[in-house]
Amino acid sequence: MGTAILGAGIGAGLVALGAGLGIGRIGGSATEAIARQPEASGKIQTAMIISAALIEGAALFGLVICFLIATR
Amino acid sequence: MAQTPEEGHAAQADKPFNIGEMITHHVADSHEWHFATIGHTHVTLPLPVILYIPGEGLEVFSSSRFHAEGHHESGHEKHTYKGFYIDEADGKLKATDPSRKFYDFSITKNVASLFLSAILLVVVFGSIASAYKKRSGQAPKGLQSLFEPIVVFIRDDIAKANIHGKDKHGHPMYEKFLPYLLTVFFFIWFNNLLGLLPGGANVTGNIAVTLFLAVATLIATHIRSNRYYWGHIFAPPVPKALWPIMIPIELIGILTKPFSLMIRLFANITAGHIIILSLLGLIFMFRNVFVGGVVVPFVLFLNGIELLVAVLQAYIFTLLSSMYIGSAVEGHESHDDLGH
Repeated sequence: MGTAILGAGIGAGLVALGAGLGIGRIGGSATEAIARQPEASGKIQTAMIISAALIEGAALFGLVICFLIATR
Repeated sequence: MAQTPEEGHAAQADKPFNIGEMITHHVADSHEWHFATIGHTHVTLPLPVILYIPGEGLEVFSSSRFHAEGHHESGHEKHTYKGFYIDEADGKLKATDPSRKFYDFSITKNVASLFLSAILLVVVFGSIASAYKKRSGQAPKGLQSLFEPIVVFIRDDIAKANIHGKDKHGHPMYEKFLPYLLTVFFFIWFNNLLGLLPGGANVTGNIAVTLFLAVATLIATHIRSNRYYWGHIFAPPVPKALWPIMIPIELIGILTKPFSLMIRLFANITAGHIIILSLLGLIFMFRNVFVGGVVVPFVLFLNGIELLVAVLQAYIFTLLSSMYIGSAVEGHESHDDLGH
């Protein structure tokens, strides 16, 4: 039981790390792209939100699994 | 959520404050709508319990029957009524005789909140629709001017931008799906906002609700899917040797898209509620007024973020739904840029 909760905690941390890296890259690239081409900012924002949502989806799958392990 | 402080106060009277129990109580569904606990009085709206028992028929009674003889503050002993009780551990209704079969159709907190939001949506959009009829050709006014930009945004930037092509009568294809997309956007948004209200039910953070929304998108995607869409699945444009791998992947892909919609909405809303509740719970774990001074502004800030998340999740659900629909109805030559 103890190690399961430990694993769930570490897993949640890794999930946050991965999602943070991924969404951080998206945000960084999107700001760069908007700075280069401000007139395309609408399209860039849409693409940014979609990709962030997809990454977040993967991260949330991981989080749900951690949550299930912790509450078993 | 504002009832948390009083609740912590009531809990500490008889047993140490259990943060997990407090969070589960706020996030989960229940048979009564609990607003606040002031001192030792629970401000609760009892909701009807509707059971169908095979062989015995329908059984309807109020959930207040489960604590009919005054509320016992100290004990959590089972208050049974007609052979049923509410399990304190998970808030579910159970029969004292475990072999007794029954189906629970009760109006729970979430169902009551769904009715409330349905009435709210009908009233708001009914009045807007009649305003358009009455004042056709004139500038929008009142509620109309609040919602018109949002409706136009969904039409132009979500539906029109992602659903291309025309149907056989020459009407643009997006017009067929616009009612669904608008409904799903405003339904999710209103329920997210109602869930943030103090004492509000966590409707969009209930996996059954998001499952239904995802199934609705699954049906909407396939109801007008064309042969190019199915061709993409059963005869993908790759060498034939790869088909045994690609076709199962594409078939699973049909289901993973709505599955991710379901999990995304559920997890985002539930996680937001849990974060706010656990931070507020810190006050009662430390029993220290200085912790409150730090935590309360931070919780207010997070509540502001949650307002943003409420609209963002509704937007993302609608946007992804329209992209999935768009990929199912688009013509031969166009491809979207995400590789679907």
